[in-house]
Amino acid sequence: MNSSKTIVACFHCGNTISDSKILLEEKKFCCSGCKMVYEILQQHDLCNYYEMNQQPGLIQNKTKRSDKYAFLDNKEIEMKLIHFSNQESSHITLYLPQIHCSSCLWLLENIHKVNEGIQSARVNFAKKEVFIVFYHQQTSLRAVIETLDGIGYEPYLSLNEISANGQSKTDRTRWYKIGVAGFCFGNIMMMSLADYLVGTEVIDYKIELFFKIISLVLSLPVLFYSATEFFASAWYGIKNKYLNIDFPVALALVITFIRSIYEITHGSGNGYLDSMSGIVFFMLIGRWLQSRTYQTISFDRDYKSFFPIALNVIKDACITPTEISKVKTNDIVQIHSNEIIPVDALLSKGQASIDYSFVSGESLPVKVNIGELIYAGGKQLEGMLELVVVKEVSQSYLTNLWNNPVFNKKEKPQQSTYDAIGKYFTYAVITIGIIAGLYWWLQGENTLMWNAITTVLIVACPCALLLSQNYTNGNILRVFGLNKFYLRSPEVIEKISRINHIVLDKTGTITHTKGANVKYSGKILSDALTADVASLLKQSSHPASQLVSEYLNIQNSSEVLHFKETEGQGIEGWVNEHHVKIGSPQFIGGEYFNERQGTKVVISIDGVIHGEYTITNKYRFGVTQLLKSLRTKFTLSLISGDNDNELKNIHDLIGKDSEVYFNQTPQQKLDYIANLQTNHYLNVMMIGDGLNDSGALKQSDVGIAVADTGNNFTPSSDGVIDCTKLSQLDTFIKFAIAGKKIILFTFTISAIYNIIGLYFAVQGVLSPVVAAILMPCSSITIILLTYGLTEWLAKYYQLKEVTK
Amino acid sequence: MSVIIILLIVSILIAGGFLIGFLWGVKDGQFDDATSPAQRILFDNEQSNKS
Repeated sequence: MNSSKTIVACFHCGNTISDSKILLEEKKFCCSGCKMVYEILQQHDLCNYYEMNQQPGLIQNKTKRSDKYAFLDNKEIEMKLIHFSNQESSHITLYLPQIHCSSCLWLLENIHKVNEGIQSARVNFAKKEVFIVFYHQQTSLRAVIETLDGIGYEPYLSLNEISANGQSKTDRTRWYKIGVAGFCFGNIMMMSLADYLVGTEVIDYKIELFFKIISLVLSLPVLFYSATEFFASAWYGIKNKYLNIDFPVALALVITFIRSIYEITHGSGNGYLDSMSGIVFFMLIGRWLQSRTYQTISFDRDYKSFFPIALNVIKDACITPTEISKVKTNDIVQIHSNEIIPVDALLSKGQASIDYSFVSGESLPVKVNIGELIYAGGKQLEGMLELVVVKEVSQSYLTNLWNNPVFNKKEKPQQSTYDAIGKYFTYAVITIGIIAGLYWWLQGENTLMWNAITTVLIVACPCALLLSQNYTNGNILRVFGLNKFYLRSPEVIEKISRINHIVLDKTGTITHTKGANVKYSGKILSDALTADVASLLKQSSHPASQLVSEYLNIQNSSEVLHFKETEGQGIEGWVNEHHVKIGSPQFIGGEYFNERQGTKVVISIDGVIHGEYTITNKYRFGVTQLLKSLRTKFTLSLISGDNDNELKNIHDLIGKDSEVYFNQTPQQKLDYIANLQTNHYLNVMMIGDGLNDSGALKQSDVGIAVADTGNNFTPSSDGVIDCTKLSQLDTFIKFAIAGKKIILFTFTISAIYNIIGLYFAVQGVLSPVVAAILMPCSSITIILLTYGLTEWLAKYYQLKEVTK
Repeated sequence: MSVIIILLIVSILIAGGFLIGFLWGVKDGQFDDATSPAQRILFDNEQSNKS
């Protein structure tokens, strides 16, 4: 047991190595996988990889099998992945979630040195994608992907991305619109400035006319190209019978334009074209800031992205890789270690130890016997299996959840608080306009009447509200992103600020999926007896035995005689002249020592109960603090697919009064959330991680998925939080609520500008100069205020000092 | 005074040139990924990997 404990980091991945047996040229590696990657790179003279960053690699301790990518030889699947091909070369874009540093970039772009058939590779860092051109005469798609896998970059291949044809195009129209609006705004402003500066003097008539014509021409692309999204959105609102915030903006733009044309053609003034294009420009930038979403994170994944592309089907003694949608009932399929089973199937051959934690929330792997049913979504842990398909992928127990109407329901156009404010704003402005108009009409001042009505509508454009909303949300999203909390859209921020109840999942959300706490209580076991227990445990493949065996960590084992395993109960046998019996309390019988919660493994030696090992879940770092803090502001409840072994610990964590449910199916989870919403009128936030939470995440007002490191799958949700940052969730919620306050505060400021503008407008004397001064002033105040306040808040909540 | 009109036309044409340059850059994908080009420029060429 005396291993030298000097901390050595693996040359490839930087993980600490306990025993440095794997050596190559004085370089130490943690596993043979890491060493192999190094060898490949060395062979092709690519060791620059290790010079740019210290230990840039990722751990490669998974065993790989040689026919893992055999399905890529299937022409049909190949055609779906490749998006362009001519006689010479093929193009493919692959998503590599492992890309994380400049070394990755360098290595991938030099991949042609490893595989001669690759012509070029180009990395898109933001999307973690690599675009590869290869000569399909010299190499195959399979070889290209095996090359990538060989150096530690396993591409993420899935059905979903395939059906979308792998081609993700970035929408660049907003850039065009901002460019055009900025150009026109700048030039119109330049010409208007001349007019404002001369004051009461008169510019040469010809020059003035020329200025006006150019201004008018330049304003056309602003209104008819750049501003189209405001009109589209306003029209969409009207069609769905509600007024959104874009409606008054669109109205103001149209009236400003008409009024300006009138003034220019009648020679009565210069119009407000500069203000109009300025507003459009600032608002577009705000929208852009707000829409910078996270390209690498997909929020719309369903079970398909979780499943493999193809399965090995055994037919007439030969193995053919088959696309999973083509796997039929009664086919015999082969599953290897660490692979996910995409169908409901009967086990026909092999030792099955299935990890259902992602599907049902059960924390311990399940042992399945030959002839028993394995549900889709389970992951085989060790060894190869053969299965007979009972239900196809689309019909399986798991995928049935997706037939629930929640998944097909189209998102209703949700009215945010700001839309509601916008609506009242519109009514107020129209009323003021009419009153002012009526007043001047009664005075008999017809020109003043029109002046008042139109300028009231122009000056009261709620673009400031829109600006403060966009800039604040944009910055909040950015801060969240730095802290590895990614939201689907800015609307989610507002929804977060409204929640009052939080529902948690257990397995994988507040606990770790892998590993468990093992504790021993009872009589002290001598080293010799412990070794005997360990020897017996090694005979069993039951997950509980394996966890205890791992905990004991004894290498040498003695011979076990008369070994007997009672399925699901326990094991017994003779070790070194002792009769050792290990198993559940029911199996051993007799009295027990402690009240501790968890799965119990009782040890009895020669008929005497010595003690018991309790296996409890490992809670994530900071969960206790987080739940304590959340409890003060929200009501909590927990709903899990696992058994109730942890009930007592959970009650300690979330409070005695909180509702806790165990053994819940995905459908029950969904129904529970729906019940909270309809019968208790709560705004529910659901925090979950697995496929079994998918329904609940979708049903809830805000569904947050917890992403574990190394697992790049998260179910469809409104937000994704990195598991290491889960402990800060309470701060994130506070920040979102504060964000809403910032928006309302800055809106009040902008309302003051509007009131000043209205003061001139109702008198019918709002000149373009006043408009041109007020407009940028209010916009810039809003931008500076929102930015400054959100930055200050981020610092205040300590969301700012982030190490990249 | 007509010189101002000429100046104005020239200035708009120059600004228009920049606009076209910007749109061209967007179309070629220069704004799609700001991280990788920034790092790519730091890589040494093939020969100089002996330091």
